[in-house]
Amino acid sequence: MTTTQEIHSPTFLTGDELSIPTFRLLKQDGTLYDGGEAPELSREQALKIYHSMVATRVLDERMMAAQRQGRLSFYMQCTGEEAAVIGATAALDDADMIMAQYREQGALVYRGFSYDEFMNQLFGNELDYGKGRQMPIHYGSRKLHYMTISSPLATQIPQAAGYAYGQKLAGDELCTLCFFGEGAASEGDFHAALNMAAVHEAPVIFFCRNNGYAISTPSIEQFAADGVAPRAYGYRMHVIRVDGNDILAVLAATREARRIAVEQNKPVLIEAMSYRLAAHSSSDDPSGYRSKKEEEAWREKDPILRMQHWLVGQGWWNDDEEKALQESLRREVLETMKRAEKRPPPPLDSLVSDVYADVTPALQRQLDQLKRHIRQYPESYPKGARSLDPDVKARDDASDAQAQEGE
Amino acid sequence: MPTMNMLQAINNALDIAMAEDDRVLCFGEDVGIFGGVFRATSHLQEKYGRSRCFNTPLVEQGIIGFANGLAAQGSVPVAEIQFADYIFPAFDQIVNETAKFRYRSGDLFNVGGLTIRTPYGGGISGGLYHSQSPEAYFAHTPGLKIVVPRNPYQAKGLLLAAIRDPDPVLFFEPKRLYRASTGEVPEEDYQLPIGEAEVTREGSDVTVLGWGAQMEVIERAVELAEKEGISCEVIDLRSILPWDEDSVVESVLKTGRLVITHEAPLTGGFAGEVAATVQERCFLYLEAPIARVTGMDTPFPLTLEKEYLADHLKVFEAIKASVAF
Repeated sequence: MTTTQEIHSPTFLTGDELSIPTFRLLKQDGTLYDGGEAPELSREQALKIYHSMVATRVLDERMMAAQRQGRLSFYMQCTGEEAAVIGATAALDDADMIMAQYREQGALVYRGFSYDEFMNQLFGNELDYGKGRQMPIHYGSRKLHYMTISSPLATQIPQAAGYAYGQKLAGDELCTLCFFGEGAASEGDFHAALNMAAVHEAPVIFFCRNNGYAISTPSIEQFAADGVAPRAYGYRMHVIRVDGNDILAVLAATREARRIAVEQNKPVLIEAMSYRLAAHSSSDDPSGYRSKKEEEAWREKDPILRMQHWLVGQGWWNDDEEKALQESLRREVLETMKRAEKRPPPPLDSLVSDVYADVTPALQRQLDQLKRHIRQYPESYPKGARSLDPDVKARDDASDAQAQEGE
Repeated sequence: MPTMNMLQAINNALDIAMAEDDRVLCFGEDVGIFGGVFRATSHLQEKYGRSRCFNTPLVEQGIIGFANGLAAQGSVPVAEIQFADYIFPAFDQIVNETAKFRYRSGDLFNVGGLTIRTPYGGGISGGLYHSQSPEAYFAHTPGLKIVVPRNPYQAKGLLLAAIRDPDPVLFFEPKRLYRASTGEVPEEDYQLPIGEAEVTREGSDVTVLGWGAQMEVIERAVELAEKEGISCEVIDLRSILPWDEDSVVESVLKTGRLVITHEAPLTGGFAGEVAATVQERCFLYLEAPIARVTGMDTPFPLTLEKEYLADHLKVFEAIKASVAF
């Protein structure tokens, strides 16, 4: 349906009459902008947010170093975007669903995912919830309401709309928050999702981390428009642009977005303006497409330092506490990494479980065949060979004999 | 027992599923008050409300993405793609998301509640884009189940099983039979097994295998063959994935001959998969090469549709050739 007034000469609109402001509360020195009011935030929650930001930064630094040492196959850092990710998460109910892209480990840190749990996934060991099936950083947690990451970009966006619609029908007064980058917002799934969420009034918050780059492609080559935010008008959706390095602004904006989503059953788009301070991933080298000078300018807007200044101003934090926190986190990362590295791989049978709810006869045959082969060349398949314990071996030998009889 | 056509049987199955469980939702393009372009969802919105049976915007990748999210949340979505020819914008959501949801999360999350219904197949003057049989694309994707019913009784029982199955199911409906196929269908709730083929006619000379609308073609061919004294064993595969190897192998070990027919093009069609498995498991028992009677390796035509289709005469000739080999 359109509601429009008539005109009688061909006057075009360019969209420039719509200018989207940026919501900011906190200056880099930790003081508030004039007229800005900090959202209600207890000392306890403020420190939890801050700890989570620092814990994410430390994890990222150490694991990227571990990747460089060859201990880890792949890694992706959240560096520079901790306030956007953790501020948004802190604004939610802990039972709200989070459907993230891949750079949002800070959300898990905030919700209590332990370093051990991170490490088990990163090393794909027997304790990894994902059973060693996905590349590092594809975390998921049912108990923390964090959907397992999927590599294809933007697929989670229409899923978030559907998940939220289900939450609305269930009447549990929860919402879904969906993270994605400004690059992923070019995918068709983004447009499908926002339109469907608006039409079907799903309580979902679409949280765009506009960090300036999709791998090497700068956002000016991603879209001609003023960022991602103006697209909300096309879907008749509430929208706000926020300084993504400003923890208080992100928290306040997402809290209000959650209220609109849950109380009015309306989707909301948030565009958080930030910068990917690190490389896209351990396989990327930003020196090929952007300047050190540009990176330095953003390093001065570090979201963690900005919050630290504010906390110090509140009298809630000091240098000694900072030093102690950094040291204990670094120690914990190294200890948990060592533990996870030593753990055995997932059992061989996990190759075929979870494809379906039950293993199909055809898959069972393929697994049995594989086991016979591995038993022939155990030294070539050390991870699988260790799974072939005596019990399994006895059963397989029996089925081998049966198969030979059949021939 | 009432007589129903296939659309009525499908509508009846959806009605039973929605009445039984509030979490069952039906949606897709034109599915709401209009009841779908084929009317498979007639009256469901009136009965169960707009929140449970509704139109979606015209965006297949959005429909399946939305459905994946709903299923992950614990709802039981039955999403309709208006024609199987238009399922491809949703290919990524189905192949990379639906199929891998449980595996990639180590069973933390799954979309087992999802059923995707879509009309497929030719014989209705639909040309390139209202006639395709895309089952083989999806059969190459572990994690999906693929079901194709041949008549109203099968459609109701298999659809109810699909909706309640713990895994996501692609349910291909032979649209040529929507109104053409009628039969007795119990009013009460019943389910037919997924992953099991059905021997619809016992015989000793040759096994003839198909699924969906092709079963009617096979019946006509077999009647001609029986008149010539050829005893045919007919199998409806019913599930393309997982498929019932054992039943097919058991039959071919008995007859020594196999004719497989489908509407989809020859190259890369599912008949190739069946043939490879059967020759592996029945090699020394085969009396003739396994025959495939399929659509040609062309886009689906319009004016020359009758020439293109794997009809009863082509199947009949393949049966004779197999027996005479």
